[in-house]
Amino acid sequence: MITKKDIEHVALLSRLELTGPEKDMYTRQLNDILNHFQFLARLDTENVQPTAHVLPLQNVFREDWVGRHISREDALANCPDREENYFKVPKIV
Amino acid sequence: MPQYETVIGLEVHVELKTRAKIFCDSTTEFGGAPNTHVCPVCLGLPGVLPVVNKKVVEYAIRAALALNCKIARFSKFDRKNYYYPDMPKNYQISQHDLPIAKHGYLKIDTENGAKKIGITRLHMEEDSGKLVHQGTITASPFSLVDYNRAGVPLIEVVSEPDLRSPEEARQYMEKLRAIILYTGISDCKMEEGSLRCDANISVRPVGTDGFGTKAEIKNLNSFKALQRSLNFEIERQIKTLEAGGRIIQETRTWDEGKGETLSLRSKEHAHDYRYLPDPDLVPLLIDRQWVEDICGSLPELPDHRRERYIKEYGLPDYDAAILTNTKELADYFEDCVKVCPNPKAVSNWIMGDFTRLLNLHGLEITECKITPQNLASLLGLIEQGTISGKIAKTVFAEMFAGGTDAETIVKEKGLVQISDKGAVIAIVEEVLVTNPGPVADFRAGRERALGFLVGRVMKATQGKANPELVNKLLREKL
Repeated sequence: MITKKDIEHVALLSRLELTGPEKDMYTRQLNDILNHFQFLARLDTENVQPTAHVLPLQNVFREDWVGRHISREDALANCPDREENYFKVPKIV
Repeated sequence: MPQYETVIGLEVHVELKTRAKIFCDSTTEFGGAPNTHVCPVCLGLPGVLPVVNKKVVEYAIRAALALNCKIARFSKFDRKNYYYPDMPKNYQISQHDLPIAKHGYLKIDTENGAKKIGITRLHMEEDSGKLVHQGTITASPFSLVDYNRAGVPLIEVVSEPDLRSPEEARQYMEKLRAIILYTGISDCKMEEGSLRCDANISVRPVGTDGFGTKAEIKNLNSFKALQRSLNFEIERQIKTLEAGGRIIQETRTWDEGKGETLSLRSKEHAHDYRYLPDPDLVPLLIDRQWVEDICGSLPELPDHRRERYIKEYGLPDYDAAILTNTKELADYFEDCVKVCPNPKAVSNWIMGDFTRLLNLHGLEITECKITPQNLASLLGLIEQGTISGKIAKTVFAEMFAGGTDAETIVKEKGLVQISDKGAVIAIVEEVLVTNPGPVADFRAGRERALGFLVGRVMKATQGKANPELVNKLLREKL
């Protein structure tokens, strides 16, 4: 059972600012989702391997070669703020 | 007041020496201009697809085998979610519940003999970018971010809480470094951050089994910082408990200047990272043959080599431990022993004058000008009595500086030992005449006076007289 407190905790971890009505709505919606998983949990999965990936693929590798970098101007093109050659962000400690 | 016992576990991050990053083909080279070693993948731009560098998996397996770990047959990557701008994606690709390797160990030397320190797990992950602060971190309202390091491959090696003192922690770290260096997967330069360490530490009353509340210390960039910070932290925790307080689980940082640990933030619990399998990366199915091939390519590791030196060359354990500390030193020793029949003499020279001069000049053994052949011929000259042990030190210093071989130096500088009785006897007689005091002392039974007289003769011959001969002649004359 997800409580409003859980929603507030998850919102904080995700850096989301929620209003009172939004918290109520998400509490209800997430509980609905979890309830649906409880329904799924009734399936017998005794002989089913846990799913690590939805594709039937393993071992897709790249070789250890260095390719082309993008230019620094391109790298910094979309950042909200920059200083000289750095991304500039509010300090978080 | 109860006696306290310290419980320490270390998490060590090792940057792998691959050419390209772990999930893209940007370079891993250290120290480029900010934000130039980047591409859309390591910048976390939308629509990109990370693909794992095969070499990273190979190196992780290599390290894991050297640390006696069991390699997983099935392994996968997960996203570790946190909001901190050192990662552009707001998550770090790491491994959570199915790491590449588990259940290893390494051995350290303690006063009570060898001690096995368990390794819980070893996993692969990407390194983060670097935050730069102008002025002090507290004064600046902004952080500047350089993503060159973001995506450089790391392995994280997590130890069991088996360490019981800061000294054991340092030993573990040094041994881990030595083993990793042998495997050649990292240069392990602490000053460049390619070997980093976080320490979990708690104290508990002696005789209890449970763990006390732990603190995690970050930012340990040297062996000294590791040991000092742990010593500080033990004292802080015991003081807190003795004053009736309790330890809170938190992350602390080591302030080298102040010599103390400072609280950073209360530790987010593991599930707060909301790990989930990374849907961009498909799982790894590790082929047994691949593991065997990697195992077969490992060099002989330090512990094995150390035991062999004791058995094969009859060296004391102390010598064997020092000589096998780095692969380069051990290789050099073995090259010398191939051409010199006296392993203990080789060992003494390498551990003594050789190491002293290398440290003095800040050189690695691989940069040294003295070839194993040259060292062997120097030892040959001592053995044959051509030069004295004292003169040999001078010759050695010359060889170290110029790379000339021992015979040439001895010939050019006229350093051949005087073992001719006739040549020494005249000097002995002269010394006896000019030092009547010590002569009388010796005759009165004071043995130490002989040493003084030997010294006089040696000085008069610039150290070239054969000391045994001088001793013998002095005794005869007296």
